[in-house]
Amino acid sequence: MAEYPQEIKYVDTHEWARLEEDGTVTVGISDHAQEELGDVVYVELPEIDAEVNAKEEAGVVESVKAASDIYAPVSGTVIAVNNVLEDAPETVNDSPYDDGWFFKLSPNDVSELDALLPADDYREQCESD
Amino acid sequence: MLIYDVESPGRSATAQFEPASEDIPDDIPIALRRDNQAGLPAVSELQVVRHFTSLSRRNFSIDGQFYPLGSCTMKYNPRGASKAATNPGFLSRHPLAPLSVSQGFLQCLFELQTYLMDVTGMARVSLTPMAGAQGEFAGVAMIRAYHDHHNDDARTEILVPSAAHGTNPATAVMCGYTVREIPITDDGDVDLEALKQVVGPSTAGLMMTNPSTCGVFERRITEIQQVVHDAGGLLYYDGANLNAILGKVKPGDMGFDVMHMNLHKTFATPHGGGGPGSGPVGVSERLAPYVPTPIVGHDPDNGYYWMDEREIPQTIGNLSAFMGNAGILLRAYAYARMLGHEGMHRVGEYATLNANYMAHRLAEVGFTLAYPNRRATHEFIITLASESKSMGVTAMDVAKRLLDYGYHAPTTYFPLLIPECLLIEPTETESPEELDGFVKAMASILEEAKTEPETVTAAPHKMPVRRLDDVRAARQLDLVLARQ
Repeated sequence: MAEYPQEIKYVDTHEWARLEEDGTVTVGISDHAQEELGDVVYVELPEIDAEVNAKEEAGVVESVKAASDIYAPVSGTVIAVNNVLEDAPETVNDSPYDDGWFFKLSPNDVSELDALLPADDYREQCESD
Repeated sequence: MLIYDVESPGRSATAQFEPASEDIPDDIPIALRRDNQAGLPAVSELQVVRHFTSLSRRNFSIDGQFYPLGSCTMKYNPRGASKAATNPGFLSRHPLAPLSVSQGFLQCLFELQTYLMDVTGMARVSLTPMAGAQGEFAGVAMIRAYHDHHNDDARTEILVPSAAHGTNPATAVMCGYTVREIPITDDGDVDLEALKQVVGPSTAGLMMTNPSTCGVFERRITEIQQVVHDAGGLLYYDGANLNAILGKVKPGDMGFDVMHMNLHKTFATPHGGGGPGSGPVGVSERLAPYVPTPIVGHDPDNGYYWMDEREIPQTIGNLSAFMGNAGILLRAYAYARMLGHEGMHRVGEYATLNANYMAHRLAEVGFTLAYPNRRATHEFIITLASESKSMGVTAMDVAKRLLDYGYHAPTTYFPLLIPECLLIEPTETESPEELDGFVKAMASILEEAKTEPETVTAAPHKMPVRRLDDVRAARQLDLVLARQ
């Protein structure tokens, strides 16, 4: 069964966002998303310093089944990307919420996070699909 | 087995060598000449013949097996069309040959233009695009040319429904447009309300595949074209699924302004052979001034001739050195002549009848249709979402097991909208016995999934190789043969 940690927020397009203590936001894809995708074989990450808008494409994740866009959960500036995924895309499958993060944002407006889905609502959406 | 495994030093097929020439060119700079052997296998002619014949026997092909690969229209293409197209008179004609000795060839192309105009309801057809992708590019470039000509530079967006062919957004981006995706309803139709929300002065056009990749015909196409046209946008028809409607419905009648056709799919050239392809474009009166050149014209005094930018000054231009892939166009012409007007109607009818028959039979034996309330077009989708949950047997497992039963697998995991799906397109050229045979195999696989699932999950068992590790192949891409 897929895991849905309580302390992070989710998007209906299957990304998660975690507000860190330093005010940055870490972004990845959910456990449910990696299960549905199957073995991830390629990840395309945004450029550092890129400005991204909420709900707009910020990367691509490709599995043996499908290629899917990754949308930024909130608006902001990309301050770090997880280069590990370039050589080891399977990290997304192995550790979607920790080692398999995609990028970190310096958010324009932290309150945008409030509009995202809490774990239970997102779980409900996934289980009804 | 690699051909290098059977080589023996010094062996060769001398009978195949060109006679040695006395005048070896000496104007190739030393730095560009090779200083080692080419690395060709040292084998005899007979070994070459046996090696490649053996490889070809391991292939699945329409000549050997039923090939229901959805969205690809893998139908039988009659040998006669190929025979006509390879007439020595056509094969030997030089592309720069004068018009006086090219009248027969040009007449074939001229008539093909008129047949395609007739079957699509378009006002003008240009045969020049060399493939479907180039046809799409030409089509959207014409939309762009139209808006440019009208100084309407605010139109920066192309709308693409989520059930469209995947090439559509790529084409729009190649032509400098921003793509906006339009969702579809649970029944597979375009979400008209969502369309109305985004259509407007920035809409350059809407690209649609109809029937869509969901295997259903868009029922509200008249309203959709009205909404887009009212906003000043144009409608592009992706001809990928033209086989379903051939001779029955015309994109021109549905209100489309521009379309491409995949002749290497619908008109007697096999799809998926790696080319060459042919993607003619058809346009309404509105876009007629922009068609890519050349097209074939006819003048009662001088006969058939190439129409170029002198007569079509607003053309988007030439797409290749000459005009399209002549062999594919001739094959399409021969096919159209073989079918005739009546036969063309039967293509769409039987393609649709076969798909609906098979969808119905597969539902009877226990498979789940993705759109049970919709009539299928030339293809349909089954979903194994519940089997995958309850038995651990996925769409990919079923696809692999089908190979053991002697069938090429349907398209897997496409469209992405439907989980664990198989997209099945039987085409019009299969007999009822063949369709029944496939249903029987599917029923048998479903039974195996219930009683001995590992037989399915470990398939294939009878192929030259077992389950390929596609994850490793994708992660460690290695396409270079390193000779020991």
